Amino acid sequence: MVARQSALKDSTQRKSTTNLRDAGEAKAKHLAPSLDRLIHERMRLGIVSALAANESLTFNDLKSLMNTTDGNLSVHARKLEDGGYIACTKSFEGRLPKTEYKLTVSGRRALENYLSHMETLIHQMRNS
Amino acid sequence: MGSIHLVIPQKEEPPALHERAMDNLKYIRETMERATAFTGISGWGQVAIGFTALASALVSAQQKTFKAWLAVWMAEALIALLIAGWSIDRKARAAKMPLLSGPGRKVAFSLSPPIFAGAIVTVVLYRAGLTSAIPGLWLLLYGTGVVTGGMFSVSVVPIMGLCFMALGALAFFAPAEYANWLMAAGFGGLHIVFGVIIARRYGG
Repeated sequence: MVARQSALKDSTQRKSTTNLRDAGEAKAKHLAPSLDRLIHERMRLGIVSALAANESLTFNDLKSLMNTTDGNLSVHARKLEDGGYIACTKSFEGRLPKTEYKLTVSGRRALENYLSHMETLIHQMRNS
Repeated sequence: MGSIHLVIPQKEEPPALHERAMDNLKYIRETMERATAFTGISGWGQVAIGFTALASALVSAQQKTFKAWLAVWMAEALIALLIAGWSIDRKARAAKMPLLSGPGRKVAFSLSPPIFAGAIVTVVLYRAGLTSAIPGLWLLLYGTGVVTGGMFSVSVVPIMGLCFMALGALAFFAPAEYANWLMAAGFGGLHIVFGVIIARRYGG
């Protein structure tokens, strides 16, 4: 009986906390549709962030920085390239092929927008 | 007869939207810090250190006493430290990263323990009269610091550290009159060669 009462109390408390949070989240959720899905994905967000801190990075630099595989990195880099967020140049260093990535102006702007989006979300939740 | 209670597992609530937003911001900051540390070592700074080291090697070769030789290289160490700090700071500022947030802190933490150990052992060796071991010790310990600090950096940095360690090992077994030129080859030559490689490949 006591156990049931305490379970009921717990569940009521949990509901009220969830309701409060839901109200705040509902406020913030209207921002979600405008979220840039292209860089919202972790790996792509990492690539864009790493390139924002460097003038350029090679494929191998990015691979070791992101601790990922060749295949995974090329898939995500291609998506960012198709979206115009990064630019890729291929050249030869001696006999070895070298792939270099740079962040484009629209890529930098996308990261800045994404950052301010995240800050707005946090701000809205704090004020709610 | 015991009653049967239905145990409903409590669902783990998904992280709140703002928690995910904070996590994303943290991830961006950490990735940028890591990426800056990755190429944060200034190649041109190293080239400058290399040239001052070559000049110091020429000056120290003229010295008559070991004490004077030691003083020249101590002064060089101070100059190199100032150039390194200034050039890393400049590169970090260019990438809009505070010096002590990423690259500077990593370099400082990885280099300072072997340098501190080197300073202590230098005093011990000097007092014991084993001065011929000092150049090898400096090259070896500096190389150790560069290898450990360079593990977070581009692969050329730990390779440079290994070259310093190899020169250090050589200096222990080479005749004492070669010690000053091995110091020049290490602190001068290796810094210039690897500095140019880093500067050309990793933006300055």
